[in-house]
Amino acid sequence: MAGGEVLRQNLPEKLEESPSGANELHVLAVDDSLVDRKVIERLLKISSCKVTVVESGTRALQYLGLDGDKKSSIGFDSVKVNLIMTDYSMPGMTGYDLLKKIKQESSVFREIPVVIMSSENILTRIDRCLEEGAEDFLLKPVKLSDVRRLKDFIMKGEVKEGEKRCCKRSRSEDCSPSPMTHPCDSSLLSSLSSSSVLSPLSPSTLSSKKSRL
Amino acid sequence: MERSQPRRQVAAMKQSLFDQGLLDEQFIQLEELSDDANPNFVEEIVTLYYRDSSRLISSIEQALKERHTLDFNKLDTLMHQFKGSSSSIGAKKVKAECTLFREYCRTGNAEGCMKTFQQLKKEYASLRKKLEAYFQLARQAGPMETACRPK
Repeated sequence: MAGGEVLRQNLPEKLEESPSGANELHVLAVDDSLVDRKVIERLLKISSCKVTVVESGTRALQYLGLDGDKKSSIGFDSVKVNLIMTDYSMPGMTGYDLLKKIKQESSVFREIPVVIMSSENILTRIDRCLEEGAEDFLLKPVKLSDVRRLKDFIMKGEVKEGEKRCCKRSRSEDCSPSPMTHPCDSSLLSSLSSSSVLSPLSPSTLSSKKSRL
Repeated sequence: MERSQPRRQVAAMKQSLFDQGLLDEQFIQLEELSDDANPNFVEEIVTLYYRDSSRLISSIEQALKERHTLDFNKLDTLMHQFKGSSSSIGAKKVKAECTLFREYCRTGNAEGCMKTFQQLKKEYASLRKKLEAYFQLARQAGPMETACRPK
C-alpha cells in the first residue's frame, strides 16, 4: 500500500477522539526552551489539539520510534502524530536536522507535516527548510492565529500522495493585526509564489480572540 | 461598582507598562491563553521565565568574567536563548538589550557587552518587580473577562 494512501486512511479516521467526541489533532512539539514549550503547549491545547512536548530532536525521534531501535513502520499505529512543530535552533540536533531525518524516512513518517519555528527571520534558512519539505516556517513568538491556521490546514487533509508541494508560504502573509512585531520583508513576499494549496486566512482567525475551537 | 475600581487600576497599570515600553504585543497574546481553568497562565509563564532564565544570566555573568578573552560565540549563543525566552513573554525592553548585546558580540566589543549586560540586568529586575505588582493587583481584582489591549 502506498504511503499516502495509508495516510489518507489514517488522517481523518485515526485522529484521536477527545472525550467530547470531536476529532483531535495530535501535535508533537519540539523546543529546547522550557518557556517556549509551555507556551506552545498552551497554544495547542487552547486550539483543542492533543499535545506531546519534547525538549530535543533526539527525544522526538525516540517518541516517534525512529531512533534506530529496530521498529517496523507498523509502529506508527502506536504513535499517531498529525503534525510536528519544531524549533530551529536547538543544541545537538537542530530543527532542520530533525526535519531532514523525518523526510528521509521511507515510511508513513515522511508524510507527517513538519513546521519549523524560529526567532530569526533569515531568508536562506526559510528557503532551506521549505526545500527540505517543511510545511511552513513560523516566526517566533508563535501566535494563536498561526496555530489555528495550521490546524485548519491539516484538518482539511491536504496531504496528497506523491504531490510535492512547494509550500512557499511566508509569515508575512499572515494578516494578523500586529504587523509591527512581525516585520514584513517585501522582497521575500515578491520572490515567493503564493501557494494555492493552503487557503488564505479566513476572517475567523482575526476574530479568534475569544473563541475556543 | 465596587469591583470596577480595582479592575480599572489593573488596566491602568497594564497601560503604564506598555507606555513605558516594557511590554509588547506578545504579553497580550499570552493573556489570551488564559481561561477559567487556567486563569493565571501569564503569571505562571512569567514566573517560569524568571526561574529558568536565572541560570542563563549566571552563565553569561560567568562568561563575562573572562574579561580579556571573552568567548563571543558562547556569549552570543547564551544570549540568543535568553532573548528567545524574553521575547516569548513580551519583555520588550529586555529583548532590546539582548539584541544590543548580540550586536556587541558580533563586533567583538567586550566593553559594549559588559555595559549592555549591566543595563539588561537592571531592566530584567525592574520588570520582575513591576510584573509582580501587576499580577498581585490582578489577582485581587478578580478574573478579567478578556485580555484587553492597551490603547
